Amino acid sequence: MKKVLLSTMLVSLLAACAGQDVKEQPKAAVEDRGAAQQQAVAQPMGQTGVEANPLKDPNNILSKRSVYFDYDKSNVKGEYKPMVEAHAKYLASHKAAKVAVQGNTDERGSREYNIALGNHRADSVRKMMNVLGVPDSQIETVSFGEEKPRATCHEESCWKENRRADIVYQGE
Amino acid sequence: MKLNTSRVMGFRNLAAALLAAISLAVLGPAHAALTIEIVGSGANQIPVAIVPFAGEAALPQGISTVVAADLQRSGLFKIVDTAAVPFQPHEQSEVNYADWRARGAEAMAIGSVLRLPDGRLEVRFHLLDAVKQTPLAGYSYVIAAAQLRATAHKIADLIYEKLTGDVGVFGTRIAYIVKSGKHHELQVADADGYGAQTVLASSEPIISPSWSPDGTRLAYVSFERKKPVIYVQSLLSGKRQVLAQFKGNNSAPAWSPDGKQLAIVLTKDGGSQIYMINADGSGLKRLSYSSGIDTEPSFSPDGAWIIYTSDRGGSPQIYRMNTSGNSVQRLTFEGNYNVSPHYSPDGKSFTFIQRVSGSFHVALQDLATGQVQVLTDSRMDESPSFAPNGKMLLYATEIGGRGILAAVSSDGRVRQRLSTQSGDVREPEWGPLLKSQ
Repeated sequence: MKKVLLSTMLVSLLAACAGQDVKEQPKAAVEDRGAAQQQAVAQPMGQTGVEANPLKDPNNILSKRSVYFDYDKSNVKGEYKPMVEAHAKYLASHKAAKVAVQGNTDERGSREYNIALGNHRADSVRKMMNVLGVPDSQIETVSFGEEKPRATCHEESCWKENRRADIVYQGE
Repeated sequence: MKLNTSRVMGFRNLAAALLAAISLAVLGPAHAALTIEIVGSGANQIPVAIVPFAGEAALPQGISTVVAADLQRSGLFKIVDTAAVPFQPHEQSEVNYADWRARGAEAMAIGSVLRLPDGRLEVRFHLLDAVKQTPLAGYSYVIAAAQLRATAHKIADLIYEKLTGDVGVFGTRIAYIVKSGKHHELQVADADGYGAQTVLASSEPIISPSWSPDGTRLAYVSFERKKPVIYVQSLLSGKRQVLAQFKGNNSAPAWSPDGKQLAIVLTKDGGSQIYMINADGSGLKRLSYSSGIDTEPSFSPDGAWIIYTSDRGGSPQIYRMNTSGNSVQRLTFEGNYNVSPHYSPDGKSFTFIQRVSGSFHVALQDLATGQVQVLTDSRMDESPSFAPNGKMLLYATEIGGRGILAAVSSDGRVRQRLSTQSGDVREPEWGPLLKSQ
């Protein structure tokens, strides 16, 4: 038991450190996502009587909200599945909670097609949650297309940051 | 048309919009929001002399300079220099044809402006064939001083029509979006970029303006409710209403040629699919059924067909269906990214954006032969639409990281750039010919 807790703490610590990189370098965050999944599994043991909002806890995978996509693609890559699954489980066990899944694209190509592509990305996340038992009544997908870029330069370093779906809880 | 500010707009934007309104009022119509630069020329330019009109020097707004600029912009005319001519005729009887032939003119416009006792202006003009030495057209108008530019465009349209056989579009208007920082404005201006008016100002993005066929209303997509919602706004009253605000996205509005319905794109049933809705927001009906993306509908001029972008085949391509959603047919096969289709006014071809080795160009495809012509060589071209005579296409592009508007002739020979002093200009759509024209 102690070993498990210790490793959980270590993993959380690693996740927290790595987490700071997420904004600039989504790729660097890849490794900690797998590790963070273990944390999500292990957490109920250490959670007794403690902690307020798991959605805000930087050590909790539920604090991670962004899924990144390849150019022109809208499939959720394997590295983001643990995070989406964690949100699905949370929503399935918190029926009052609602999320908006917001799809985004990089600036290249048609604005209207990018609205549709962003929606397709958000929809991929929604469908994954549906499979895990979250009804559509708890999810609204919307797309901002290329209209609300998080990064504004005109090259791949920004474009990859903007090919993204964000999970946003109601009231946040 | 007057400045309209949305009810949901914050004070900061309201202030900015008011400032814009004030600066428009102060600067007046002589200062263009958009300036134009012309590149290239038509195959056979018609040499035409536009002689300064009698009495126009005393007016706040000349006529002959506007007429000459319009004709020159089309790339189809060579404007004969009139500045050095010692005697400038204003009546047919005063014209020495041999003199004008020697200067190269094949046609010439002469005219006069007279101030009437009631303050209105009487504009007379004649178009003359300098080769045959015969009149081609003659008109007179009684107008208010505020209509001088519009009248000049009307005269340019008449000259264009008489000398090329095609309808002139100098009197039409264009709609587009200007983005400065986080400030977005939907604007309408004359086709030469003058007289810009703000239709809507918002701190959230606005995209996809679409003219009603009678030119009195604009449909557009605004993000002011934190997601894409379609509005229809009257340009006469400034009043607007939500056309579509269903669950998910509401976007890509396109008017049917009779102005009674719009094709729109909704995600309320999952993916982006095309629906039809009445212009008052009633009678929603789903048209397309695919598991992928269907978007960017555009009606054929006869109202029988809709062309649109779909990725049902694995990459975005242009498809066509009838307005019942049947007889679906793929139209584009070259390349793996073809988007943003718009029918030509004669219904025989369509324009779209084609990606070629990472660059986005305006292209034209003939519907009968399937032949594709790429019209531009810029890198980031978007949202092309035809002038109502089908001779020019307006589109958005980028120069030095800044969004500008550009136009290209449908044969690719003549190009214009329309740019503002600041901000990004994008999402243009060329407005229709108005009934009164």
